[in-house]
Amino acid sequence: MSQAWQQALARVPELLAAHVQLSFSALLLAMLICLPLAIWAARSPSIAGIALTVASLIQTIPGLALLALFYPLLLGISALVGGGISAFGFLPALLALTLYALLPILRNAVTGLTGVDPAVREAADGLGMTARQKLHLVEAPLAAPTIMAGIRTAAVWTIGAATLSTTVGQPSLGDLIFAGLQTQNWTLVLAGCLFSAALAISVDLLLGLIERGIRERRRILAGAGLALIAAGLLIATLPLLIARDNIVVIGAKSFSEQFILARLIGSRLEKAGYSVRYRDGLGSAVVFQALAAGDVDVYVDYSGTIWTNQMQRTDSQPKAAMLDEIAQWTSANHGVKMLGALGFENTYAFAVRAKDARDKSLKTLADLARVSSDFNFGTDVEFLERPEWRMVQDAYPIRFKDARSFNPTFMYPALASGEVDVISAFSSDGRIAANNFTVLEDRKGAIPSYEAILLLAPDRSRDDKFVAALNPLIGAITVENMREANYTVDREGDKKTPREAARWLNDKLRE
Amino acid sequence: MPVSGPSISLHQLSRHYGTVRAVDSVSLEIPAGALVALVGLSGSGKSTLLKMINRLVEPTSGAVRIGDEAVDSIDPHILRRRIGYVFQNIGLFPHMTVARNIAIGLELAGEEGTRDARVSELFDLVELPQDMATRMPDQLSGGQQQRVGVARALATRPGLMLMDEPFGALDPVTRDNLTDQYKALHDKLGLTTIIVTHDMAEALYLADRILVMQDGQIKADATPAALLSGNVGAEAEALVAIPRAQAAQLIALSKQA
Repeated sequence: MSQAWQQALARVPELLAAHVQLSFSALLLAMLICLPLAIWAARSPSIAGIALTVASLIQTIPGLALLALFYPLLLGISALVGGGISAFGFLPALLALTLYALLPILRNAVTGLTGVDPAVREAADGLGMTARQKLHLVEAPLAAPTIMAGIRTAAVWTIGAATLSTTVGQPSLGDLIFAGLQTQNWTLVLAGCLFSAALAISVDLLLGLIERGIRERRRILAGAGLALIAAGLLIATLPLLIARDNIVVIGAKSFSEQFILARLIGSRLEKAGYSVRYRDGLGSAVVFQALAAGDVDVYVDYSGTIWTNQMQRTDSQPKAAMLDEIAQWTSANHGVKMLGALGFENTYAFAVRAKDARDKSLKTLADLARVSSDFNFGTDVEFLERPEWRMVQDAYPIRFKDARSFNPTFMYPALASGEVDVISAFSSDGRIAANNFTVLEDRKGAIPSYEAILLLAPDRSRDDKFVAALNPLIGAITVENMREANYTVDREGDKKTPREAARWLNDKLRE
Repeated sequence: MPVSGPSISLHQLSRHYGTVRAVDSVSLEIPAGALVALVGLSGSGKSTLLKMINRLVEPTSGAVRIGDEAVDSIDPHILRRRIGYVFQNIGLFPHMTVARNIAIGLELAGEEGTRDARVSELFDLVELPQDMATRMPDQLSGGQQQRVGVARALATRPGLMLMDEPFGALDPVTRDNLTDQYKALHDKLGLTTIIVTHDMAEALYLADRILVMQDGQIKADATPAALLSGNVGAEAEALVAIPRAQAAQLIALSKQA
């Protein structure tokens, strides 16, 4: 087996267990909601109408959007009740997946219960069964195969959609897919897909076995299916029984530099005696709140991001003043400690092909504005919605012919191949130099500074050993080294893992 | 002949559906041990009348008494456990064995100790082979299924049997057979039975008293012999005319042969 597979497979057991825990909890919660609701709905057509309409509406929301919606919703609820509700990780993922599982269970349960032969109901009434006895002895057993089929559908959907929970910080097999997509590590993507598909298929088969057992009244069959599922769940929940005190959670957004820096931080903390876990692929908005809430202990952000997204500032300040203000603001408003700047900047950099730069004499963003009506713009998924884009547009009269969003992995090849003519690249990305792209200068200083800064959760700011382990990173990473490290992970051939790149970077730290 | 069945009394009993009077102020006394047939065309209100006795249908007004108890003073499910109910669509529970179908009333009443002996007795009573106990209902013929239906209704030893077109869906031979056997059972157990049917010939043969219903009202109330001799009203005469004409034709045919 190749090294890539070994590395991918090493992460599978933990992620698979988390995936099973999450999917099963969501399914169980959906059943607890749907079955009583279905009994009510089966007796009242108006309730059935309302419940099924709502469940169908929820189903039309894409899974990723549903997960994203729960984040601000839970933040709002938490603020209302005075804090204490985590908008990060298990809870939002559980709620979104539960909503997603409602429709098939509810629809099948209502169909099953209302589909019981009227003659059988009349006989049950005529024999003097109470409503409860009728449900228990007659309606439920007759509707059971149909209900089971609904649960089966819901299980497959839930297991599939659970891969998206990575984006709200809940570990799942999706971690492999998102990380693999980012670093072009197709082995990781494949492993994530294979294992989630295998999980869905096995659960579908086992639930199918139970369904058949109920339908054909073969208790051994149903019992065997149930026993196998119970065994699987038991194995998946065993890790929960092992105490996990004082584990440091290191957050990372969804690009290679973040993965590498997270491993660099992690390796130093491990050396200092901490156990660490990584939460990769978090959205910019999610990760800061998670840090403030203590769900993430430490991560690297960029000064401009905090400045515009969190502080809602639109003015430009010199680097040093900006860092001071950020440190004060995070500490005063969230108890978050800014340990310091790492020493390099990763700002938005408008990059064009060298040939275009030469032929059309493009050097600055003002030059870009001149030709922008002929240019197609390629960008990452969030840039067009970010304040920096408005700042650039305010400063320069840029109007592109067309704009397309890419996963950063595909943005660079899109520029190289001519699919787009300019991209919003990242200045610390090794692929700019590797592709011989030209970065256009922002002479008006429209784009704020993006110093990489190390942020610590409130509890960790008071942990001296923790601070001491990370202090050597402050001011220790040059942009050249960061680019090199990024490139070894991002390039097509001879790829390094983020952990290997982090080890290399650690050796290059500036004293 | 021991009589264990109760008497039934209906007092100005009505059931309206909007402006339709399905049952229109019916008053009636049925003595203990009677086998009464309720005859009428579809929509005459006979099933509605029957179902108000075990409260499957609640009356709009009026009262029903079984023995000396008003039915609305008893919880519906308790009331129904004391009354045998058999209907055309049978309604056997498809997920239970024949034996459990028959014993379900005992299960509801918490009399499971005597269950097996009682089920075996009921198999004999409705003339079903004992080895059918472990079969599922869909493995039985229509006639066998309705025998199970009758056994299920009799399991808790009710005094009163309400039967709504019980043999209506069966072939003529099976039907005739079952009718005969039920009549014998009624006498043997001393039951009070009210049987709804649209078949006057069956009613004439089976019952000791026939009530003819039309438009929610009882238009005739007579013994079979009195009905056949006429003078009980046009509605009854119209229903009696059919089997009488068929019988006359059959006699004429047999004379030619």
